[in-house]
Formats: sequence, structure tokens, C-alpha cells
Amino acid sequence: MADKKKTMGSGVTAIFRKQIFIPIAALLLLAVFNLIMDPSFFEISFGYNSAGHPVLTGNLMTILDYGSEVAILAIGMTLVTAASGGQDISVGAVVAIAGSVILRVLVGLGGDGTLQAPIIVGFLAACGAAMLCGAFNGVLVAVFKIQPMVATLILYTAGRSIAAWINNNELPSVTDETFTYFGGFIPGIPVPTPFFIAVVCIVIALLVLKFTNLGLYTQAVGINAESSRLNGLNPTFIKWLTFVILGLCVAVVGLIKTSRLSTINYSVIAKDIEMDAILAVALGGNVLSGGKFNIMASILGAYVIQFLTTTLYKFQVSSDALPAYKAVVVIVLVVISAPAVKEKIAAWGKKVKAQKGDA
Amino acid sequence: MKKEKKAADGALTAKKGKLTDTSLLLIITVAVFFVMYIGAMVFLQKGFLKPQTFFNILNANAALIITACGMSLVMITGGIDISVGGVVALVSMCCAVYLDFMGGNVFVSIIIALAIGLAFGAVQGFLVAYLDIQPFIVSLAGMFFARGMTTIVHTAPFNVENEAFVALKGTRITVPGMGTVNKLGKYVNAYVEIGVIVALLIVVLLFCMLRWTRAGRNFYAVGGNRQSALMLGINVKKTRFFAHLLCGILAGIGGYVYFLHVGSGSASHASGMEMNAIASSIIGGTLLTGGVGNIFGTFVGVLSLSTIQNIVSSIGLDQAWWTGITVAAMLCIFLVIQSVLLARKK
Amino acid sequence: MNEHSVLEMKNIHKSFPGVRALQGVDFHLCEGEIHALMGENGAGKSTLIKVLTGVYEKDEGEIYLKGHEKPVVIRAPHDAQNLGISTVYQEITLCPNLTVAENMYIGRGKSKLTNWKKMNEDADRILENLGIPARASQQLSDCSIAIQQMVAIARAVDMDCKVLILDEPTSSLDESEVEKLFGLMRDLKARGVGIIFVTHFLDQVYEVCDKITVLRDGRLVGEYVIEDLPRVKLVAKMLGKEMDDMADIKSEAKPYEGEDEYVIQAEGLQSDAGIKPFNFYIKKGEVNGFTGLLGSGRSECVRALFSADKVIAGTVKKNGKPVKIAKPLDAMKNGIAYLPEDRKNDGIVGDLSVRDNIILAAQVLRGFFRPFSKAEANKFAEEYIKLLEIKTASVDTPIKSLSGGNQQKVILARWLLTHPDYLILDEPTRGIDIGTKVEIQKLVLKLASEGMSVTFISSETDEMIRTCSRLIVMRDRKVVGELSAEELNQAKIMETIAGGDM
Repeated sequence: MADKKKTMGSGVTAIFRKQIFIPIAALLLLAVFNLIMDPSFFEISFGYNSAGHPVLTGNLMTILDYGSEVAILAIGMTLVTAASGGQDISVGAVVAIAGSVILRVLVGLGGDGTLQAPIIVGFLAACGAAMLCGAFNGVLVAVFKIQPMVATLILYTAGRSIAAWINNNELPSVTDETFTYFGGFIPGIPVPTPFFIAVVCIVIALLVLKFTNLGLYTQAVGINAESSRLNGLNPTFIKWLTFVILGLCVAVVGLIKTSRLSTINYSVIAKDIEMDAILAVALGGNVLSGGKFNIMASILGAYVIQFLTTTLYKFQVSSDALPAYKAVVVIVLVVISAPAVKEKIAAWGKKVKAQKGDA
Repeated sequence: MKKEKKAADGALTAKKGKLTDTSLLLIITVAVFFVMYIGAMVFLQKGFLKPQTFFNILNANAALIITACGMSLVMITGGIDISVGGVVALVSMCCAVYLDFMGGNVFVSIIIALAIGLAFGAVQGFLVAYLDIQPFIVSLAGMFFARGMTTIVHTAPFNVENEAFVALKGTRITVPGMGTVNKLGKYVNAYVEIGVIVALLIVVLLFCMLRWTRAGRNFYAVGGNRQSALMLGINVKKTRFFAHLLCGILAGIGGYVYFLHVGSGSASHASGMEMNAIASSIIGGTLLTGGVGNIFGTFVGVLSLSTIQNIVSSIGLDQAWWTGITVAAMLCIFLVIQSVLLARKK
Repeated sequence: MNEHSVLEMKNIHKSFPGVRALQGVDFHLCEGEIHALMGENGAGKSTLIKVLTGVYEKDEGEIYLKGHEKPVVIRAPHDAQNLGISTVYQEITLCPNLTVAENMYIGRGKSKLTNWKKMNEDADRILENLGIPARASQQLSDCSIAIQQMVAIARAVDMDCKVLILDEPTSSLDESEVEKLFGLMRDLKARGVGIIFVTHFLDQVYEVCDKITVLRDGRLVGEYVIEDLPRVKLVAKMLGKEMDDMADIKSEAKPYEGEDEYVIQAEGLQSDAGIKPFNFYIKKGEVNGFTGLLGSGRSECVRALFSADKVIAGTVKKNGKPVKIAKPLDAMKNGIAYLPEDRKNDGIVGDLSVRDNIILAAQVLRGFFRPFSKAEANKFAEEYIKLLEIKTASVDTPIKSLSGGNQQKVILARWLLTHPDYLILDEPTRGIDIGTKVEIQKLVLKLASEGMSVTFISSETDEMIRTCSRLIVMRDRKVVGELSAEELNQAKIMETIAGGDM
């Protein structure tokens, strides 16, 4: 019954507009709020960092910087959500694994911090490891038909332990300066590098969606796997593929995260980032039970979440208490966008109109 | 087509498919637990032969048993509640602050615990059942909120020194007929803490509720097929609300039992407890898709989970990471077994 | 309210965004009467029933029940149940994870506790009385679809109801089961229960019903006593126009006049769905069909040809050359198209737009790295929407908001777009309105005359006779005969299905 109500009369274009509308509205709301409370929020200042390179600093830069991590994950998470109708909650733990692999390859056990291998080799190894984890999740979900949240619970539980085990619980650190570029600044470019990495990822994702059928296939599989199979698709493979793609995204974030510190803290790195990534998908107005998706909306959702986080920091909220405020915002957002509430509001609006008409 | 195929071997399956999915999974869980524990007794001996080892598992996991039961209820109706760990932490912190800084009494602190659980259950239940928002998102926000609130209430961890509370915490109930002779040659009775009694009571109560009451059976119907349950005349919204409400209250009780066991307030309490609760439920034979599960299974699931951890550490793999990896491996094996079994049945 | 009435619905209105599903509909049901509710898909039958059972809330209007002075308020299915209205829906609305007995008793009665022993005994007694081959303690998902449907009926019948609604309950039952159901309905009628019966099978209406209410486009056309409304008139009322003579569609279409070549030849084909190995061939421009009772294996045969089920033995030749078909994509690459029996679960991709549903198969054939441009996709979609007269607001409308007949046309368009040599249509006319049925049959003959080979399967034998030139008869999962030319008549087909000639 709800289906009928939802779909009747509103074409896909209208849905699209509605969908991207949610994150945009949230973004505007936050922007206006900050503008009223303290316009200095938007100030960007020019300075030099500790390495003596020119950098731009300010809240907006922070948002671009840290929001990019979530945005990259949101790309993969959106695809996983669309195809499998569930979410991968192991991304934070797999970021730890990827980071650990990078350090193991670059520095090695008991190393003095000098590079033992080119950074690209470390990154490729991390890609391999993270995609392997994705493939493992993918097999459980696609072949054994275990619900994604439960299947990924396995790596969620074991991931950080595995990461610690890879480096035998040592905390190798990289002294090479070029390694800090990925999570910091490239000399001469005042905008944080993670933003450029995110842009590259987004462009690649959009190109892939434009020049392949990945979008159509994942949506078809997510909506009705059996009829997709009878149309010649291989739902098992496509679901599996989305997890592997997410693995790739995770590896990129692993590089950024380890680069920020030049070392790793197994229990803290990328903690709760899976929640932010899932929230980004939800904020983008994508249905978490799979099917149709809009990847740009998810990416925008990721930056909105970082916008919110930065705003809260600005108001002296401690990082531990942050989740409480985030939760309130999330609840308000989902309640407003819930179909049941929308209907009520629409009915109420009609009533008011009718009363005005009578008068 | 499929349905014609089914029609043909309908007569066959009528004889073969004697067990319901719930019973089948329960049997597997119980069997695995006994094999594991008896195996440990035979091959590892050491502590496993002492009854107190078993009771210590209960003492340490009473809170987990209670929250996992709540989790199972929600999972049977096809939902999920990942806020339970956060609620447990919040309850411990609130009660600790109340008892120590505000000089409160124990009885009121229990009420506070229940009220917090009730509030979380009611709000989340309302959002899930009546506004039809996805349980994962709702309880994710619930978890964030509870964790955040815990640090807002008080940041630094501290031990509670309220006398009445410390007395209650130290209360040990001896288990008649069980005990061991210690190194000094003195016979020591095995004991359990109060929390264990509460947990066992809850397990029995919920088991009966799910098995024999109308409300309990409605949980299964709603989890099996929500649309059908509606058509069968079940108030689906009320049922889902009730499940989340119960889960919240149980998280409150679990929080107090946890608090009673550790006797302190800390923002990092019960971290990852929601995942342990989900894992226990799954090992206990509850399907996250809903409609299949058993409270007794969940109880055995919690025991299995901590037994395997004990076994791993007693065979010398005591580095921190082995716990995580073992739990995950066990979860993985159970999930695959369930998936294969249920697929074969169809 | 009339003395004999059990139910009166007055001036019922119900709208969904963009659609006025019911506009001022009246409905009137007497005690001890079987009342057919007829109309094409989208006429508002289901909506009316869902308003009555509380699945939808009506916008306007009143519902009166016997024994209630004021109009009754029905907000949810349990309200309807408590008022003595019980319902059997076309789709199984039971819980697969519960036992048979629980499905029969859950959600009704006052008792807060479950007495398992008594419930199982009661259920077993009812199952035995109705001759349903299931045990009370069995899990429902272990039963076949037909038995599940019978359990749903047993539940509805066992309730002490004043009004019984049967919404297309017969679509998954075989003939003997339908007979059993009719027997039950007559018993209940004698006990004074008012029965509302919705079906697409005209024969069934004329067999058991007393009155007919016809709806069209959400409005009431009229209420008729069955004797006053012969079939032709009923169909005319439902369509709102006189129907063209369906018997003639075959002579309208020219048969294909090309060379006589084999398109598909299969030998010893067998799938894991439990059919005996069978041989099959089809020539260019030929329309043939598989017939047999439900469960005889006719769908499994065509599924094996398309590799929809796992093929475990046999060889297939395409245009005389052996080909390997291991999965649906292989079949598609060899020019085979398959419209599945279960439109909702195997056919449509609900949330996707009409356009995406139409291009899906062609797109998969074209390859992962070569998507159609948006303009191309729209062009294809619009072309077929026009060709098949699909009623949709736009190409962007999600397919699930279309009516059943139009959904079926979209799936048909999907396969026509792949330009197949061999088209398999498994029950393309099930559950869709008569107008569309005729259109589809005509289309099949037209495609054949252009050189396409078609296999057409239908539960309604007269449809098969009208469209097919050769029928393969199946019984107990194996091919038992082949009929063509003069042998194609009801009597001969029935005889072969029943095995009378052996």
C-alpha cells in the first residue's frame, strides 16, 4: 500500500530531485546556522605549516579534509547498499588492516622508519589486502547468502586484531616526509591532499558509472535478484564485485589515515568511520534496503556529516560527547524524511489550506 | 516452475521436514556448546574441571545474557538494536554518579536504570514501529546518543564506594552441592553473583513468553513476514514497538547488572557489547532476517562465546588479538553452517 | 439496511496520489450468497476489498454490517477480523516460519496463551476434514504453494465469520482442489455466510456464484443476478465495449510462409527441477505450446530450454548446430527469450523505471562496457510503449506502479527488444484483463507470421487452441503426447492430459 502511494504520480526525476534535496537542505541549514551564530566560521586563513609549506586553514578546509575520507568510503558503501540491501560495518577495521599492511611493507618489523619500498608498492599491497577482505565479505554475502551486516560483523570483530597481528603489535612509524603528503599537504599546494584524492575517486566512480552498466546492474540485482538472473545477469558476482570495490575505497582511506600520523593506532584508527559512511548513504536519501541509488547524494551526505562535526567542535563540544549531538541531528533528519511523517505533514497542509478556503 | 516442483515433492517433505527452523538451529547450538565444553574438560582439564570456572563464565556474562536476550527479541521481529552497549554504559555511569556524588540509595538507582532503558526502548520503538524508520539507523543514533551522553554525564572513570551498593555487589550466592577443594585443602563452595540469578530469571521468563503467550508468537509472525502478519490480524506496529521497548528495558536491567559486576562508572564500559550480543544471538540460532530464534539458544550462545575465549587463552594464545580473531572465526563458522543448512532445506 | 443483508458498502471513495481508485462505489452482500466481484485489472476490485479488510483506509463512505446500528470502523485487518470478515488473498499471506497450526490460529481469539496441544489437535482435525495433506506441526514453508493456499482457506473458513472474501484464491490450485473449495463455499453458503468471490476465470463464476457486481475504472457498473447476465454481456460490461470475436484471431493472421527449418532442437534435455528427459523441436514461424495440469512439468521444460534451472543432461541444437547453454545469458546469446510465469518475482524489477525494465535484457546482451545512451534507451522504450500500447505516465515511471497487464507488456517489450529467434511465453496472460489477453494472443500470431518461433503456455486451453498450431502434452513430469491440426480441440486435449488413450 505504501509502495503505491509513494510511486504513483511521481516520476523518477521527481524522486531524484527529492533525493539530492535532502543533503542539500541539510547543508544549507548548517551553513545558515553558522552564518547567524558566528560568520567567522567560514573564514579561511593563509599560513605555513610546520614543514614550512603554504597551507590554507579554517573550518571549511577541515571539512574538505576529513569529509573526503568519508566521501571515498561512501562511494563503495552506496554500491554495496544498492546491490546487497545491507551495509558493510567492517570498513573501519579493514582501514586498520590496510594501514597496517602499508606500514609493514614500507617500514617492516623493527625498522628505523626509513622506507624499505616505494610508497606505491605499500599502497598496492594495502589495496590487495583490503580487496581480499572485501572479497571475503562478498563471498559470505553473495555465495552463502548471509545478511551483509552480520557477515561483515566477522571482520568488524577480528579486523583490528588482525591489523595488530600483521605488525606483531608493534607501532612502526615512517620518517619519510613524502609519506605525509597523502594525509596532509603537497608542498606548494595549499589545499589538503585528501580532497584531491577524493575528487579523483569521485571522477573515476562517475566515469565508471557512465561508461559501464555497473549502475543499472547493481540496482537491478538489489531490487530483484531472481529476475536479474533470468535477464542474464549474475547476481552473485555483482554483489561480490561491489564488496571488492568497497575494499578498494577502504585501501585509499587506509593510506590517508596512516599518512596523517605516519604511524598507526590499531584500536583508534578510523574508529566509527563505518557509521559515518553508512550515515552518509542514508543522508543522501538512499534506501538502506537496497535498490536505487544516487552516488552524488551520498558523497554530499559525507561532507554534510563532516560539516556537522566541525560545527559541533566549533561550539566547544568535546570529541567524546560529539556522538550525542550527531545522533540528535540524525534522528531529526530521518524523522523529517520518513514517509509516514511526510504524509502527515501533507495532510495537515491540505487541512490548513481547506480551512483558509472556507474562511 | 518452482511451485510445481514443490507440489510434487510436497508429500516427501511432509515426512522429512519434521523440525522447524528454530528447533533445528537450537539443537546445533546446544550440541556444539556441549561438545566444546566437554572437550575442554577432557583435553585441557585444568580449570575446566572446576565448577567455579563455569559459574565465573556466568558471573562475567550475566549482563551480556540479559542484553543478548533483548537483542534476540528484536531480531526475531526482524529488527536490530545496536544501542544496547551504549545504554549499558550510560546506565552504569548515571547510577555511579547518582550513588557516589549525590549520595543516593540503591533502590532508586535501580529505578534510574530501568527508566533509562525504558526511555531508549520507547523512543526507538516509536521511531521504528510507528514512523517506519529503519531499525539500524534508529539504534545507530541511539548508540551515538547513549555513548555521547555518558561522557557528558561524567568523563573520568571512577569506582563507586556507596556502602549499601558495595554490600550488594559483594553478595555471593552459594551453589549447593558444587565446590572444590582449594590449594590449602579447604573446601570452597561454588558461588554466583546476584546478576546471574536475575539473568536466569529473565531467560526463563522470556522463554515462556515467546513460547506460550500470544504476544510472543506475534513476534515470530511479524519477523516471518510482516505483510502477512498484518493480514492475519496482528497489530504489527504494536508488536514491533513492544519488542524494541522490551529490548530497551532489558538493556537497562543488563546495564545495572553490569554495573553491579564492575562497580564503577566509565565511558568505555561495555564497548562492543552490542556486537557480542548480536554474535551470541546468531550463534544461538537467531536469524537476523527474523522469525527464527530461541531465547534458550541465545543463553547457550553467550556461554559458547565465552567458553571459546577461555579455551583459547588457556591453550596459551593469550595475546590480545586472539580473542577477537577466535570470536570472529566462531561467528563465521556458525553463519556458514546455518546458511548451508537452511539452503539445503529449501 | 435490508433485512437479509450482511454487508453494505455505500459511496466508497479511495484515492492514491495521482489515481482515483474508487469513486462512489456501492456494494451489497446478502446472507447465504456467493457474490462475484468482477472487473478488469485496475477496475478497483482489490482496492475495494482492501478497504473492506482494513488494509487501506477509505477516504469517504460508510460500511454497514449486520448487527451493527452505526457504520463500522475498520482501520486495520484485525478490526475486520473481529467484526467477522475473513479473507483469503491471491498471494499467500501466511507466515512461512510458523507451523501450519499457528498460521491457522494466530491473530484471532481472545486467549493470551497458546495451548499447543489443543491447537495442534484442532488444526489436524480441520485439515483432515478438508482433506488437506499437511500436518499441524509442520513448518509452513515446507508445504507446497497449493497446500499453503488451502491452509489459508482453512483458516478463513474456520473463523466464525459472517463475510468471507476470496480474492483470486484459485490461481494456484488444480482442478480437484478448486472443486473441494467450491464444495466448501456451498456449505458455508448454506450456513448463511455471505461470500465475496473475485476471480479471472469466468467458468468458475458461472459455476458457483449467485450475483455479480461489475466495476470498471473505479466506478460501479452494476449489480446483476447471474441468470440475467450471460458471459458475452458480462465481458462487455467489464470492458465497456462489445468484445471482438476472439475465436477468430487465428484466421486473421497469416501463417508464416518461409522455409521449413528447425530453430531449436533439444534431445534428452533434463534439469534439476525434477522433469524426465524430453525431446523438443520448433520450426521457424511456428507457435507451439506445452499443456498439462499444474505440476505436470510444463514450466520446467521451458525453463530447461532457457537454462533457468540447472540443466543436468541433454543437448541443444540451434539452427542445426549444437550449442552449449549453461546459464540464461547463453540462451539469450543464442536468440532465446523467456517471459517467466511469475511476473512479480521473476519478471519485473519493481523500483526500476519502465525504460530500464525494457532495455535490461538487450543491455545485458550488449555488454557491461557498452551502455546505451540515455537518448537511445528512451527511443527504444517509447517505440515499444507505442507498439504495445503500454499505459504508463512516462518512461521514468517505476514499473511496479503499472497495472498487471501493462507490466506484462513491458516484460514482453524487454524480450522483443532483444530480437529473439525463439520466444518462450510462460503464462503471459495469467492474472491480466481480457482486453490485454486478446492483444497478447494477436501479437504472438503476428510475430510468428514474421518468422519468429514462439512457445506459448497458458492454463486456459481455449487460449492455447486459438494460438498454437502444435501442442505438447505433459503428465507427471514427462511428455505424453503431441497434438496438431484437427486434434487440437478441447476434448482431445483433455483426453490426452488425462491419459484416456492408454
